[in-house]
Amino acid sequence: MTKDMKTKLFLVGAIALFCMSAAAQVGHPYIHDPSTIQECDGKYYTFGTGGGGLISADGWVWESGAVRPGGGAAPDAIKIGDRYLVGYSATGGGLGGGHAGRILTMWNKTLDPNSPDFAYTDPIEVAHSEVDEDCDAIDIGFLMDPDGRLFCTFGTYFGNIRMVELDPKTGARKEGAKDIDVAIDCEASTMMYRDGWYYLLGTHGTCCDGVNSTYNIVVGRSRTPYGPFLDNVGRDMLKGGGKMVVAAEERRFGAGHFGRYIVAPGVEKMSFHWEADLDLSGRSTLAIRPILWKDGWPEAGEIVSDGNYKILSRRRGYALELTVDFVRAQGGMRGFFGQQDETVVVIENQRLEEVIGGWPAGEIPVRCSDYMARPHQKWTIEAVPEAGGYLGGPWYKIVIEGTGRALTAVEGHELTTAPAFTGADEQLWRIDQLIDGTFRIVPKAIPGCHHPERFCLYSVADSTPTLARFNFEDDNAKWDLNKR
Amino acid sequence: MSLLSKTLSVALGLVLLQGVPGRAQVYADSSTQLDKYLVPVTTPSAAPDAEGFLGRWLLLEPISKPNRSNTVFTDSYIREAFAKEYFKGQLGDVLPKDGAKVKVTVEYQPPVNLQGGRPAFSMEAPAYEKKTVRLQWHAMDSKRFNVKLFRFATNLTEDRYGVIFWAATVVNCEEDIPNVRMAVGSNSASMWWLNGEEAVILSGDRRMVADDVMSRRLTLKKGRNVIWGAVINGPGMSDFCVRFVDEAGKPVKNITLTTK
Repeated sequence: MTKDMKTKLFLVGAIALFCMSAAAQVGHPYIHDPSTIQECDGKYYTFGTGGGGLISADGWVWESGAVRPGGGAAPDAIKIGDRYLVGYSATGGGLGGGHAGRILTMWNKTLDPNSPDFAYTDPIEVAHSEVDEDCDAIDIGFLMDPDGRLFCTFGTYFGNIRMVELDPKTGARKEGAKDIDVAIDCEASTMMYRDGWYYLLGTHGTCCDGVNSTYNIVVGRSRTPYGPFLDNVGRDMLKGGGKMVVAAEERRFGAGHFGRYIVAPGVEKMSFHWEADLDLSGRSTLAIRPILWKDGWPEAGEIVSDGNYKILSRRRGYALELTVDFVRAQGGMRGFFGQQDETVVVIENQRLEEVIGGWPAGEIPVRCSDYMARPHQKWTIEAVPEAGGYLGGPWYKIVIEGTGRALTAVEGHELTTAPAFTGADEQLWRIDQLIDGTFRIVPKAIPGCHHPERFCLYSVADSTPTLARFNFEDDNAKWDLNKR
Repeated sequence: MSLLSKTLSVALGLVLLQGVPGRAQVYADSSTQLDKYLVPVTTPSAAPDAEGFLGRWLLLEPISKPNRSNTVFTDSYIREAFAKEYFKGQLGDVLPKDGAKVKVTVEYQPPVNLQGGRPAFSMEAPAYEKKTVRLQWHAMDSKRFNVKLFRFATNLTEDRYGVIFWAATVVNCEEDIPNVRMAVGSNSASMWWLNGEEAVILSGDRRMVADDVMSRRLTLKKGRNVIWGAVINGPGMSDFCVRFVDEAGKPVKNITLTTK
């Protein structure tokens, strides 16, 4: 093998590893302007500009295969009753060209193109823009509010973002509804509702310029769907206002086209695209991040990155640890009154090698206690790429740092650690960042349990972790992951 | 508490619960004629609007400066573009007269065919033609908080994309107003000067955002204060908004605006 070949192989290997990065969807997640993710018969779907879209069986590994006729730009989708309403724009979108746009909607009973029920209805126009008016009718975004009213927003940088009410029974424009201007200088708008507020999301910055795309997603909010949508400093989105929701990351640029997906109360995800992912040839890719709600404003959370963590209960703040003897660290009790001219020395933390010999060889249970930076309290969390994932994240292993000793779910909805990570489902963990920034840790499997997804790492007492049902209102079900 | 007081209290409570200032729904309007955005000056002076935005401006018809993308608008690029002398008295204390004309030789790209959709994208700059044009100054009052240069262009000229706009106004003060900031938003990049000194620069592919960039603390002096601005855009809808705010962030409104 020549040096050149070795170098190429190394590069290919490095790229393959990056493709398995926990920070991005895997498979072939290439898409631009993804529609809000929809679940249909256990699979996830998103559509993109130009037609077609992506399908995922688990929400983490995405492949092309979704089918949307009509071509055009920037679709969105929403499930209403037992049908899916898909909207898209057939024309427009020309910053230097024509701006006569048409927003169209159509129904389908299923999003599975292999289903015998898969058939789109004929598209109907719900909004349009003239060739040169202050609007470019593309980039539809749907919202159904708690009162059952269906709205859509549309528009680009060319003038105003507009909102119009639709008929949720037909997907057509509601009779008598008028277009309302709600923002300027945005693209890829959509609305969402939470706690009495209507939120208007829009994308600012430069589109479609690869790694130099400055696309970023901003938000304003209003008590009504008609506006005014004000940002956190009171600036109307009709004056360009907007609070940042998500911008570029170190290796990914150009966040645009927001969509919200509520997994469960307290567990929310946002979908969008990166204009360019440096680890994937700079291509435009699907992104999924947790939604955090801070003081009533949405922000992008994090996909847990590989690293060393302390795992702290929200119940009391105790750290998850092995049930082993506490070993006194060097330094000991030395009195409070040293000499003023004493030489300062740095004392090392207790090391794994100093204590691991005293640990049992087999299973070791877990408990919680105050964090003392001891080896039996230090965990390594790493994605397991070959295991796939769930909506917005990979399955993780959770092992004691420097060892293969793995957190494991056992029969009876309890916990232990096994001396080695085997890749078994009961050693794989789903870690979702919750809307308050804390984490839910869910086993992929619990022996003897048919619905492990309903259970999570849980503080049944200050010092006693177990597996129990998740409830966002319950601090016993939440954990902080502090990277060390 | 009287019934009236109770009613007023409930109403006040409801307003506070709403948490946002009331504003009527803004119904979409597809018309694009100039007087929807700007009207010719007919009064000796004008006041800022309720939020302090400056609405009276002397605007020069757009100077063709073709650009296929707004991403080229670095600080260096726009400083160089605006340093060129396009007309006599540029950045001077004396403003051009309403209706005055300027003879400029410009690079020129034939107008985009709006029916043709998005032009094929190419990073290669096309070979632009050159032409000599006579552009006119217009004294205008904006009917909005911002000055919609795009509609100024589409209604009065052939050039709408790939252009430079020059704007000027005079802020008149009855006394010195120290420690104010010039607050600007523009689409796309722009530079602004107060009494001949550079005050604000907005580089990059900008969208117009009110109070996007502010100057350092400035003093509006008693009497005339001349503001010049230049906005450059490739594809997109050019506009800008300018106001002055005080130390507390409140708009400065005890000023008048003229174009002489």
